[in-house]
Amino acid sequence: MSVNTVQPTPTPTIEPDAELREAKSGGAQQLELAGGKQGLTTLAVITQIVLIVWAAMVIFPFLWMIMTSFKTNVDILFSPWKLPPALEWDNFNRAWVQARIGRYFLNSFIVIIMSLTGTLFVSAMAAYVLARFEFPGRSWLYYLFMAGLMFPVFLGLVPLYFVVQDLHLLGTYHGLALVYIAYSLPFTIFFLTGFFKTLPGEVAEAAIVDGANQYQVFFNVMLPMAKPGLIAMGIFNFLGQWNQYLLPLVLMPNENRYVLSEGLAFLAIQQGYANDYAALFAAMVITMVPTLVVYILFQRRLESGLTAGALKG
Amino acid sequence: MYYRKYRLIVPFMLPALILYFVFVLYPYARAFYVSLTSWGGLSSKMPWVGLDNYHKLLNDQRFLDALGRNGQLLIALPLITIAISLTFAALFTQGGQGVRGAGFYRVVFFFPQVMSAVVIGILWTYVYSPNVGMLNGILRNVGLGSLARPWLGDSSTILWCILAVAVWSSVGFYMVIFVAGMQSIPTSFYEAAVLDGASRWGLFKDITFPLLWETIRTCLIYIAIAALDFFTLVQVMTGGSSTGASRSAEVTALYMYTTAFTKSRWGYATAIGVVLLVLTLLLSVVIMQATKRETYEY
Repeated sequence: MSVNTVQPTPTPTIEPDAELREAKSGGAQQLELAGGKQGLTTLAVITQIVLIVWAAMVIFPFLWMIMTSFKTNVDILFSPWKLPPALEWDNFNRAWVQARIGRYFLNSFIVIIMSLTGTLFVSAMAAYVLARFEFPGRSWLYYLFMAGLMFPVFLGLVPLYFVVQDLHLLGTYHGLALVYIAYSLPFTIFFLTGFFKTLPGEVAEAAIVDGANQYQVFFNVMLPMAKPGLIAMGIFNFLGQWNQYLLPLVLMPNENRYVLSEGLAFLAIQQGYANDYAALFAAMVITMVPTLVVYILFQRRLESGLTAGALKG
Repeated sequence: MYYRKYRLIVPFMLPALILYFVFVLYPYARAFYVSLTSWGGLSSKMPWVGLDNYHKLLNDQRFLDALGRNGQLLIALPLITIAISLTFAALFTQGGQGVRGAGFYRVVFFFPQVMSAVVIGILWTYVYSPNVGMLNGILRNVGLGSLARPWLGDSSTILWCILAVAVWSSVGFYMVIFVAGMQSIPTSFYEAAVLDGASRWGLFKDITFPLLWETIRTCLIYIAIAALDFFTLVQVMTGGSSTGASRSAEVTALYMYTTAFTKSRWGYATAIGVVLLVLTLLLSVVIMQATKRETYEY
């Protein structure tokens, strides 16, 4: 909780913590009423056992993956359970260079820089208009964007492929980034429209009285105020776009431009023949690191943001 | 003032609208037309065939089998995921002085949800692997070696093994949602019931469950749609192959992908996409209707 460097907002969709804590302490009280001391401890023990078993089931495969990424191929095959006798850093080198994970990493990085900036910028502008201006057809536009949340991607997949091809964007960084932006719009606009609505209007009015034009109000007043919402959507879209598999699979057919998820799947199939499991596991660890870092840094914010989205979306 | 307002509205809405139209709405709308053609291969001609593709789908055993697998997922995935995550959430909120290490468990349980499905798929492929895999290793070590098998190479187990991975990775997410829902139920409800002598199970059955119902049905629709769109895990865990045992895990979305991007049967593949859409909408309506209950305001 304390890792959040950004100021938390009082919006319930983003920081429901205070409320939850209060409810939690009430819950404890209620159970003291409910059962005797004996029943409470038995339940507590069972609870702990169940939770520990599941936690182990989640952690163990990841630990096994990290451990395996430091072993030699011989050790992986003949002693899959033992700790590596020495750390094989060369696995990571082979994954990065020979298996071209470094290349895929760079591709993912280029695409995500463009798509993430674009998503936030384009969505914030549209959400701002939808939240704070009255004009005919406004709610119609809002629902048009919301409709995008309902349709399965598979429906439009073939036409999308040909649209991208006809625009000469197939296999290009900016082409994939534009498609990512378009598909991220519905949820991001939905979230940010709600966010802009909660911001107080007085500051903007004061700025207009001081002679600022509408653009200055947006860029100098509203956008800085919306920072927590933008950060929440930035994290959310980072994970969604970084992990995206289907769209690049279709829109990035050239091996040289594979993004990480695509390149990793390609590598997994190849490695089956090449038998360099160690490099494959190292590649998986490399792919996991950015997600892991973002998750650990922003866990609280992400969890509340995602669940709020799920419940309203 | 009136005109000045539009000087902002138009340029601010335009980028979003253009991108959304070109890459989302237009492809979706066009799909309906494409699905009525026999467009295929490298040709740019789209011969109109009416509902022909849909007729063919009705007699396409491979499609029907794939759809049947989605049907199995549709029943199993929501039931198992919700049962486990609801149990965990109940243990979390009812387990006395707030469960010890609650923060730790939440961080751990939620983690697979943010992980790349490709990494998860490859990782579990190796967990299930016949010789070096973790699962067979554990079975052999505890004396259950007779149960060891090539999990993903056996057509009777492959789909369920992949389903288990889907459950494994999403339980934490739904648990967090249910915990949030349970914690927003006023404690006075429980206190009153306890004074009336309600048991712990009674509290869950008569208070928690009915008050959480709206949340549960939202999640139900969510998971049901995920079961229809099931793709990445199967694609990765079968290594993109659709022969042998892997065929026994072929789901509709994967069949559509293969039909389009390996066989270039664009019209036919798009018809499958339209069927997926219709099923999604139908399913949402059916679940909404079937799970309708009296709602409680509190």
